[in-house]
Amino acid sequence: MMNQVLFYFFAGLAVLGGVLVVTMRNAVHSAVFLITSLLATAGLYLTLNAEFLFVVQIILYVGGIMVLFIFVIMLVNLDVALHQVQFNRQSWVAGLLSIVLLTELLAAVALARSGGPGMQLLPPPAATATSLEGNTQQIGVLLFQNYVVPFELASILLLVALVGAVVMGKKKI
Amino acid sequence: MDEIRSEGMAPPSVELAVPGADEIVLNMGPQHPSTHGVLRVKLRLDGERIDGSECVIGYLHRGVEKIAEHRTYTQFAPYVDRMDYVAAVSNGLGYCEAVEKLLGAEATPRAKVVRTILTELQRIASHLLWLGTHALDLGALTPVFYCLREREEILKIFEKYCGARLTTHAFRIGGLQYETYDGFEHDVKRFCDDFGSKVDEYEQLLTGNRIWVGRTKGIGILTAQQAIALGVTGPPLRASGVKWDLRKAMPYAAYDQYDFIIPTATNGDTYDRYVVRMEEMRQSRSICLQAIENIPAGPIMAKVGKVLKPPPGEVYHSIEAPKGEIGYYVVSDGTTQPYRVRVRPPSFINLQAFDTMVKGHLVADVVAIIGTLDIVLGEVDR
Amino acid sequence: MQAVLQFLQANMWPLIDALVIVGVFPLLAGYVVLLERKVMADMQARLGPMRVGPHGLLQPLADAVKLMIKEDIIPESADRIIFWMAPVLSVTAGMLAFAAIPIGPGFLIAEMNVGLLFILAVSSMGIFGIVLGGWASNSHYSLLGALRSAAQLVSYEVAVGMAMVSGLLLAGTLSMTGIVASQAEKGIWFVFVAPVGFVIYLIGSVAETNRAPFDLPEAESELVAGYMTEYSGFRWALYFLAEYSNMIVVASVATTLFLGGWMRPFASIHALDFLDFVPALFMLGVTGYCVYRIPKQTGKDQGFILAIFAGSCFAIAAALGAVFAPPLAFLKVPVLGAFWFIAKVMGYVYLFLWVRFTFPRYRFDQLMKLGWHYLIPLSIVNVMGVATALVLHRQAGWSSWVAFPVLLVVTIVLAIWLVRAGERRDQEAARSAA
Repeated sequence: MMNQVLFYFFAGLAVLGGVLVVTMRNAVHSAVFLITSLLATAGLYLTLNAEFLFVVQIILYVGGIMVLFIFVIMLVNLDVALHQVQFNRQSWVAGLLSIVLLTELLAAVALARSGGPGMQLLPPPAATATSLEGNTQQIGVLLFQNYVVPFELASILLLVALVGAVVMGKKKI
Repeated sequence: MDEIRSEGMAPPSVELAVPGADEIVLNMGPQHPSTHGVLRVKLRLDGERIDGSECVIGYLHRGVEKIAEHRTYTQFAPYVDRMDYVAAVSNGLGYCEAVEKLLGAEATPRAKVVRTILTELQRIASHLLWLGTHALDLGALTPVFYCLREREEILKIFEKYCGARLTTHAFRIGGLQYETYDGFEHDVKRFCDDFGSKVDEYEQLLTGNRIWVGRTKGIGILTAQQAIALGVTGPPLRASGVKWDLRKAMPYAAYDQYDFIIPTATNGDTYDRYVVRMEEMRQSRSICLQAIENIPAGPIMAKVGKVLKPPPGEVYHSIEAPKGEIGYYVVSDGTTQPYRVRVRPPSFINLQAFDTMVKGHLVADVVAIIGTLDIVLGEVDR
Repeated sequence: MQAVLQFLQANMWPLIDALVIVGVFPLLAGYVVLLERKVMADMQARLGPMRVGPHGLLQPLADAVKLMIKEDIIPESADRIIFWMAPVLSVTAGMLAFAAIPIGPGFLIAEMNVGLLFILAVSSMGIFGIVLGGWASNSHYSLLGALRSAAQLVSYEVAVGMAMVSGLLLAGTLSMTGIVASQAEKGIWFVFVAPVGFVIYLIGSVAETNRAPFDLPEAESELVAGYMTEYSGFRWALYFLAEYSNMIVVASVATTLFLGGWMRPFASIHALDFLDFVPALFMLGVTGYCVYRIPKQTGKDQGFILAIFAGSCFAIAAALGAVFAPPLAFLKVPVLGAFWFIAKVMGYVYLFLWVRFTFPRYRFDQLMKLGWHYLIPLSIVNVMGVATALVLHRQAGWSSWVAFPVLLVVTIVLAIWLVRAGERRDQEAARSAA
C-alpha cells in the first residue's frame, strides 16, 4: 500500500516536472523542474530497491549534469528568448506524433503484460533480484565480471570526451 | 646611487574611455574594505587579467598646503600630523627640521636623540599597522590582532609623552616641548625587549607559509629602473634592489650616531616588500635600544625665539618616513606665515607605480598590490 | 489510524533517534558558531562574546532571534520564487545528510546500504542552493561569485570522493554502520591505515564547505562579494546554518570513515576498559568548572544561566554514568558511543577553525590548481596504493603490518614527487610567460 502511494507520488512528480520543463518560459525555472523530475526518477529507483542507482542518479545527473546545465544557462544571456513570442508552426505535427508514440508505448506495455508469443520485450528478471546482496554488490559484480569490456570502453570514451573538452576550451595562455 | 640610472620611461597613458573589444571597465571603491581609505581604482579588464588601471584620488583632499599659507609656522605644525595620520610623528619631524633649516637653527642634542627614538617607534607602529591590514586583506585573520596589540604599547608611550596617540604633534620647531616622562627609557626598553620575539611570531605565521608566498611572490613586480623612473621611495624602492635610505644617505636627527643596516631585496615583488619592512622593524628596534642607552642631558629646546620669522628663502628638507621619502619645500617671505609649503608625499608618488605593478595580474591581486604599497590616503590627497 | 499506530510501533527506535538527532545537530550547528567565535578570539588574543549569557553561551539564541526579526529585503528585480527557494535548498541538503549519520550502533535515523553515497549525493544537492541563490539575486557579481563557488565545490568533490574510496576499500561496505563495524572488527581506525586518504579528505572537506583558506567566493575584502550578498535576515541565517551544518556533516563522515566513528580509543584492548568512564568523568569535570565559575560571573542572572548550564552538563554526566547500571546496560554502547562520536566531530571541527584563523586565503586560480593539479592526482595515487596494499595483504598473504606501511611510504614518495614535478612545471610556465 505504501509502495503504491510512493510510486504514484514519484511518478506523478516526474511527469509533472517533465511537463513544466518544456512549458516554463524562464530557462532557469525549466532547469529547476528538470532537477525535480530527475529526483523523482531517483525516488522510483529507490522504490524498486535499487538504492545504488538512486544515489548515483542524484550524484551524477543532478549533482553533475544539471550543475553543468545551470552553469551554461546562467552564463548565456537568455533574456532574448524570454521576450520572444513562442510561436511554432509545427505544433500540430508534434501533437500528432506524440499521440502515435503514446499509442505505441501503451500497446507495447499491454502486449508485454499479456505475454503473447513473440511479443515479449524482456525475459522476466531472475530470482536473483530479491537476493540478500545489496544493489551495489550486484551491479559491481555485473560490471566488473560480466561486462568489464564494455565498462572499460565506456570509461575510455568518457576520457576522450574529457580531454577533447579541455583541449577545445583552452585559451592560448 | 649614481651607478643606477633610470631608463627614460614614458608616462603611463591609460585610455580608459575606450576599452578594447573584450574588455570591461571595473570600478573599485571609493568605498571598499581593502583600499585603505577613499581610493577609487578603475581597472580595465580582459576576462580576469588587468590591462590597465587608473587611480582616482582626491576624495580626502583638505587643502592642507593652502592652509599653511594662512597659519604661522608653529600653528601649522599640528596640520602635518593629519596627512599621514598613521605615522604622525615622522611628518612632524620632517616639518620641524625643514623650518629649523630655514631658521638656520638646530635642535639640541638631547632633542635630536629623543626625536630619533620617537620616530623609530613610530616607524615600528606604522609597519605594524601595515602588516596587520595587509595580512587581513589577504585572508590571514589573526596577525592583525597581534600587530595591534604591539602597536598599542607604542601608542601608550606616545600618550604618556605628549598626550595623544595618533596625531601626536610631538615635536616643536627648535626641539621638544615636553621633557621625557619618568620611566620613558624603562617603557621603551621594555617594549623593545619584548618586540624581537613578537616579530619572530609574525614571521612564523606568514613568512614560510605556502599560501602567503603564493599570494605575494611574483605579484606586483617593480624593477629598480622602473622604481627610480617613477620616483618611488621607501621600502618599495629598497625591495627593488636600490640601497637608498635617507637616514644613511643624508643623515638627519641623530641617525649618524647609531649602527643599523638598510634591508634590501632583489625581486621587487610583494614578498620582498614584506621582507624588507619586517627587517626594518627589527632595525628600528635596534636603533631604539642603542638610543636609550645614552640620551644626552641638556636643554630640549634650542634658542629660536617665541615668534618665528625666518629670513626670506626656501628650503627643501626630506626625511625617511615609514612610507618613503617625505619632503617639505618651505618658502618663506620673511613674515610669520610661510609663503608656500609644498609637501612631497611618499604615498602619492608611490601610488603612481600602481599601474606598472598591476598590469597583467588578476583582479584578486589588486588588493595585495594596494596593500603592499602601504599608502595612506590622507597623505595622497592632503 | 491503526496503520499509523502500527507504523509508529514498528519504527519506534528510529523515530526516537530522529528526534534526538534532529534536536541535537541543528543546536550543535548553532553552538559551533559560538565555538568558532570563541576559538577565533582565543587565537587572536582576545575574549570573544562574553556578554550575552555567561561567556557568551546564549549568543546563538540572541543571534537567531535578531535574524528572525530583521526586515526581509528582496531585491527589486530578483526572481522571487527562486530567491526564496535557494537558502531552503541549502539548508535542506545540509539537514538531510544527518539522516544517514550514525552516532552510535543502531543510533541513526535511516539505516541505508549506501549511506556514504547518500551523504555525497545530498551534498551535491547543496551546490544548487548556492548557484540559484547567486542567480536569483540578479547581480552580476553575486552570480559570478556563486558560479565560482560551485566550480570549487564540484572540483573538490572529486578529490573528496576518491579519498572516501580509499577508506571504502578498507571497509568493504558503503553502509555507515558497516564501516564503523569493520573498523571495530579490524581493531584499528582507518586513519592509521590510510593517513594520506585522511589528509586529502581533510583538505578537500575544507574546500567543500567553502571555509578558509578556500573561501575566496565569500570573502569580504575581495571584489566579488559572493552569492550571499543580497540575502539578509533569516534567509542569510539559513545559508549560515547550512554552512555550519555542512561542516558538521563532513566532520561526521570523516569521523565515521577514518576516525572509528563511535568507538572509544583503543576499543579492542579490553585492558583499557576503564576508559569507558572517561565520558562521565569529563562531563563531571565540565560541571565542576562551571560551578566554580558561577560566583565569578558579573551578575546574578549570568550566574543563574551558568548554573542552568552546569545542571544540564550534570544531567548528561549522570546519563553517561547511569548506563553502567544493569537495567540500562543495553544503552551503554549507544550512549557512550554518542559521546565519543560528538567528541571526535568537535575535534575535526576544531581543525577547521584552527586552519581558518591561521592561513591566508588562496586566490581562485591557485585554489583550482591545487584541486585539479595536486589533490586529484594524489587521491588517485592514494587509491591505487591502498588497493595494492589490500591485494598484497589478501591475495599474496603479506601481513597487514607490512603491506600497509610499505604502500604508505610508496604513496608519500609518489606524492612528494608529484608535488615537486607540479611546482617545477608551474615555475617553468611562469618563467616562460614572464
